[in-house]
Amino acid sequence: MSDGAITAPGPLVSGIGIEVKHGRRTVLDNVDIAIHRNELVTLIGPNGSGKTTLVRVLLGLEKPGKGSVTSSADLRVGYTPQSLTVDRTLPLDVQRFLAMSGISDPEILQKTLTSVGASAVFNQEIRLLSGGELKRVMLARALLREPDLLVLDEPTANVDVHGQTEFYELIRKIRDERGCGILLASHDLHLVMSATDRVVCLNGHVCCSGLPDAVSRDPAYLELFGEAASAVAFYSHDHDHHHA
Amino acid sequence: MPDFVLFALIAGIGVATVMGATGVFVVWRRMAYFGDTLAHSALLGVAVGFIAGIDVNIGIVGVCLFIAVGMVYLRSQRHLAEDTLLGILAHSSLALGLVAVSFLSALRVDLMSYLFGDILAITPTDIGWVYGGGTVALGVLAWLWKDLVAITVHEDLARTEGVNIIRTQIAFMILFALVIAMAMKIVGILLVTALLIIPAAAARRFARTPEQMAIFAAVAGSIAVALGLQGSLLWDLPSGPAIVVAAALIFVVTLAVPIRARAG
Repeated sequence: MSDGAITAPGPLVSGIGIEVKHGRRTVLDNVDIAIHRNELVTLIGPNGSGKTTLVRVLLGLEKPGKGSVTSSADLRVGYTPQSLTVDRTLPLDVQRFLAMSGISDPEILQKTLTSVGASAVFNQEIRLLSGGELKRVMLARALLREPDLLVLDEPTANVDVHGQTEFYELIRKIRDERGCGILLASHDLHLVMSATDRVVCLNGHVCCSGLPDAVSRDPAYLELFGEAASAVAFYSHDHDHHHA
Repeated sequence: MPDFVLFALIAGIGVATVMGATGVFVVWRRMAYFGDTLAHSALLGVAVGFIAGIDVNIGIVGVCLFIAVGMVYLRSQRHLAEDTLLGILAHSSLALGLVAVSFLSALRVDLMSYLFGDILAITPTDIGWVYGGGTVALGVLAWLWKDLVAITVHEDLARTEGVNIIRTQIAFMILFALVIAMAMKIVGILLVTALLIIPAAAARRFARTPEQMAIFAAVAGSIAVALGLQGSLLWDLPSGPAIVVAAALIFVVTLAVPIRARAG
């Protein structure tokens, strides 16, 4: 393999029987998950359902109490954390932030930033960016690492609805162009459901998983999200322009 | 210029340079109180050095490291808030140091010089310590720099990009202990934190990059040393506090300097 890309079959990363306890609280209970190349897996679940913990376990940032995490050899991971706050005393512009990926050629940095639609902020201070701009800049830093696996934790929190739609289109485009595996954790339902290959619905344990269509009809999913789930149904109904 | 003033200036600038460059992390990582705690424990290090019959500097570095490790352990237990823990460690180690030093009165430990510094008593041997230790400290800082900045921005992100967090943090602790041992002679235990954070704070408004901020902080600290020494000689002020007052004045002046708006 001249470029070192992972093409072997089998998942990029997988977790089997993962259990995590924070103090006495069981955060994750017997969770199985796998992400393959060229696959966009979305992790949904209400706040406190263990999405971020599962992401951290898969990234090796947290050790599970039970179960195991296996990743393919030489796996390159690009990661965007849920939130990032640069202390106001730290002078840091976007160019420098991107260079922390290990790539410092300004041309490549600018090109990558343009590809995520944030070329205008190249010389801005990180802490002055809007929520949406920061998410794009973080995505650019993750992409600079030429990842086999892209892990995005709540990539559209603090982004307005229009921005969210654009962002999910961008993520699909990245998957199509680069063929990397993408794990996306999110608690907003409707956009996620339309943009993803496979949904894993989490609430401490895996409630249900599968194709978005199947999951959205699953009783466990409907019970977990209740009103929100029917709002999604209404949302897609609204856009189909079929009136019953 | 009399020799003792020259020695004071050379040593002071050496220490201020190292402290400025280290101090930016104290500001970025909000470690001011942590630095205070290590500085307070330095007096205990002095006592340990005397009692054990080893070099006082080694005693200080040893006790600072012990306190730093203790702090990391206590924090992991999560029983008390961090500032409470730091308060307990800072004051009990300072009190323990004062008690221990009082037993050593026969050895004539000059308490005031440890608490407030005695830069005018600097000897060529001290200069050797300052520049030897300072070179090591700056070397370690340069080696850690990229990883430290990455961890400061986001620890998990740095870790997924391959930064060894534990190794970097332990190395920074050792560096910190070394810097405090060096700085004690100049400004004293009670004012060490001032020389770590005031020059760094003064540098903030003029810096566009982390590196610029460290360099400006080192320069601001060195100017404070020169001005403070000058004031100390002219008006017979205590040298350590005079240096800190000079640093504070520099900070106030920087607030008044207009800065062009940072457009894109």
